[in-house]
Amino acid sequence: MTLRTEEMILNVGPQHPSTHGVFRVILKLDGETIVEATPVIGYLHRGTEKLAEDLTYTQIIPYTDRMDYLSAMIGNYALVHAVETLMGLEIPERAEYLRVIAMELNRIASHLVWFGTYLLDIGALTPFLYAFREREKILTLLAELSGARMTYSYMRIGGVKWDVPDDGWLGRVERFVDDFERALEDFHALVTGNEIVQARLQGVGRYDQETAIAYGLTGVNLRSTGVAYDVRKAKPYSIYDRFEFEVPVRTEGDLWARYLLRMEEMEQSRRIVKQAVRQFPSGGEIMARMPKLIRPPAGEVYTSVESPRGELGVAIVSEGKPQPYRIHFRRPSFVNLQLLPKLLVGQNIANMVAILGSIDIVLGEVDA
Amino acid sequence: MRDWLYEPLTLGRFAGMALLIFGLLNVVLFLVTYAIYIQRKLLGWMQSRVGPNRVGPYGLLQTIADVLKLLTKESFIPSHVDRPLFLLAPIVAFAPAFVVFAVLPLTDRIAFSDIGVGLLFYIGVASLSTLGILMGGWASNNKWSLIGAMRAVAMMIAYEIPLVLAALGVVMQAGSLNLTAIVASQETVWNVVPQFIGFLVFLIAALAELNRTPFDLTEAESELIAGYHVEYSGFRFAFFMLAEYVYLFAMGALISLLYFGGWLPPHPALSFIPGGVWMALKTLLFAYFPFWLQATFPRVRVDQLMTFAWKGLMPLALVNIVLTAALKTAGVV
Repeated sequence: MTLRTEEMILNVGPQHPSTHGVFRVILKLDGETIVEATPVIGYLHRGTEKLAEDLTYTQIIPYTDRMDYLSAMIGNYALVHAVETLMGLEIPERAEYLRVIAMELNRIASHLVWFGTYLLDIGALTPFLYAFREREKILTLLAELSGARMTYSYMRIGGVKWDVPDDGWLGRVERFVDDFERALEDFHALVTGNEIVQARLQGVGRYDQETAIAYGLTGVNLRSTGVAYDVRKAKPYSIYDRFEFEVPVRTEGDLWARYLLRMEEMEQSRRIVKQAVRQFPSGGEIMARMPKLIRPPAGEVYTSVESPRGELGVAIVSEGKPQPYRIHFRRPSFVNLQLLPKLLVGQNIANMVAILGSIDIVLGEVDA
Repeated sequence: MRDWLYEPLTLGRFAGMALLIFGLLNVVLFLVTYAIYIQRKLLGWMQSRVGPNRVGPYGLLQTIADVLKLLTKESFIPSHVDRPLFLLAPIVAFAPAFVVFAVLPLTDRIAFSDIGVGLLFYIGVASLSTLGILMGGWASNNKWSLIGAMRAVAMMIAYEIPLVLAALGVVMQAGSLNLTAIVASQETVWNVVPQFIGFLVFLIAALAELNRTPFDLTEAESELIAGYHVEYSGFRFAFFMLAEYVYLFAMGALISLLYFGGWLPPHPALSFIPGGVWMALKTLLFAYFPFWLQATFPRVRVDQLMTFAWKGLMPLALVNIVLTAALKTAGVV
């Protein structure tokens, strides 16, 4: 006798612990094997780009906090950098150093959230708490600098809002950076060497370089296939050319490669912060001379920065008014997520969770 | 106490036994309550947290508060469930966890029912709780719980067999299925030494049997939200959870009895400490062991788990049986 079987439609999300926000995938399952996956996005859509058309450039900054809310500093910078490029502004050195320190600390914090939640996705509880303990130190430092823990709005067009707190903040940053080296070693000892972690990650969710380029992937998702593309090196911005750091690249293209790359990126960011603290100028302004109302000249500009998730680009069309005529954000989470349906076919539910986690999306950025 | 079972049942004896059973259940519940508290504390410390510390002094009343909260919640039954099965499932999962305590001797003198096939009884009854999980998952009429329940059944089949085969080594060595006799046979050396392979297989299979990390696939939070008990809330959910915890202790006791000499002290010089204390210590140790793993390991994938059970544990358990038989024939053990 043959049993009649049929495919099952399983709705994952928008409320599911492993979709990392309000993301939904409709899975067609054959047993536990995924036959078809249809992502549904837009639950967090706020129309940032349209709203920005009625705002002055400075007023747009808080909206960038809320796109990739795990690395708001880098979101802030992406916007102000585009406007500054359009205006051809010269930024004071002290402000640039503060920006780099803030951005790289934020990158570590963002990767720590990824590390913790990713291991939570594959069933390990403890690394989450260890990662958040380290992240808490960074958030405290950034709160001391900017006044906020996550939505900083720290950058301004022409510089930064606040100077270094005069109570030895830089010393605390350096101490954190030194301690963090040991924390990273602990993570590697506790997690990277674990047999089950390796068995879960190696060889899963693999794609090749052509696919990655065809889908426009950037960041770790691209570098895991052997392309050494990091905006900080490819199109240097700010003062990144003053620091020694490497762009880690692997060629496997699987979850394991992406795991190792993000771990290595934390180490590289740590190096950058350490150098920046050492080179920090003892004096100087934190804001360039700016008019009360910022009116960039008419024209178009596209600049991009390396966010923890990939290439975060900002395109502005200006008519010389205080508000942009049109602004567009190239959000790496959104672009990277497009590969998901292709990757999920033939996988099971456990792998689905691991693959989604390895793309590392932030729903605020996907939906903008 | 044992003699009671062989004497005619009078009203007085029945009342006495009922009272004793009630007392024992409460003792078990009390122990479980505080063992949960200690486990949560330990888990907290392992995860650089403080653990429960709000309800009562040092959080001592936390578990009681949790249980009370669950028990006083609205008894909510979703409209789309298979009602009779849905109501029955928590009981089917819950009862075997307590029934198995009947055959677990606590010391050489205290045993509720010292039946000849104690081990067989334990294994048979314990596997019934999977039925409860399957019923619950099926009756919930929810896709997540269905997947969880299916995984539970697949795991039960995959792990029950190596578990039994590993235990068979002990049975062959002791020449008895009676748990008291099995402990008595470890007077000179604990079974964990001659049966080391069997012990490893048994321990791993027991973790899968208990649905603990790294084999907690049936309720994999990050994959299946809560697995088979997605639709359960209030005291029915408490039943599932309690069954899981009590079963944890039963398994801890069984491991101590089979491999660590039950109430026997590690060295004859330590025999001034009562056997019950040794038994309790060993049981707690093996009941805590899964929490240590929970703080350490991620979850394996369902296909990896099956491969591991059928291609890893099964042959190992069979090798253990052959080895035991050979050693027994040669007269070494």
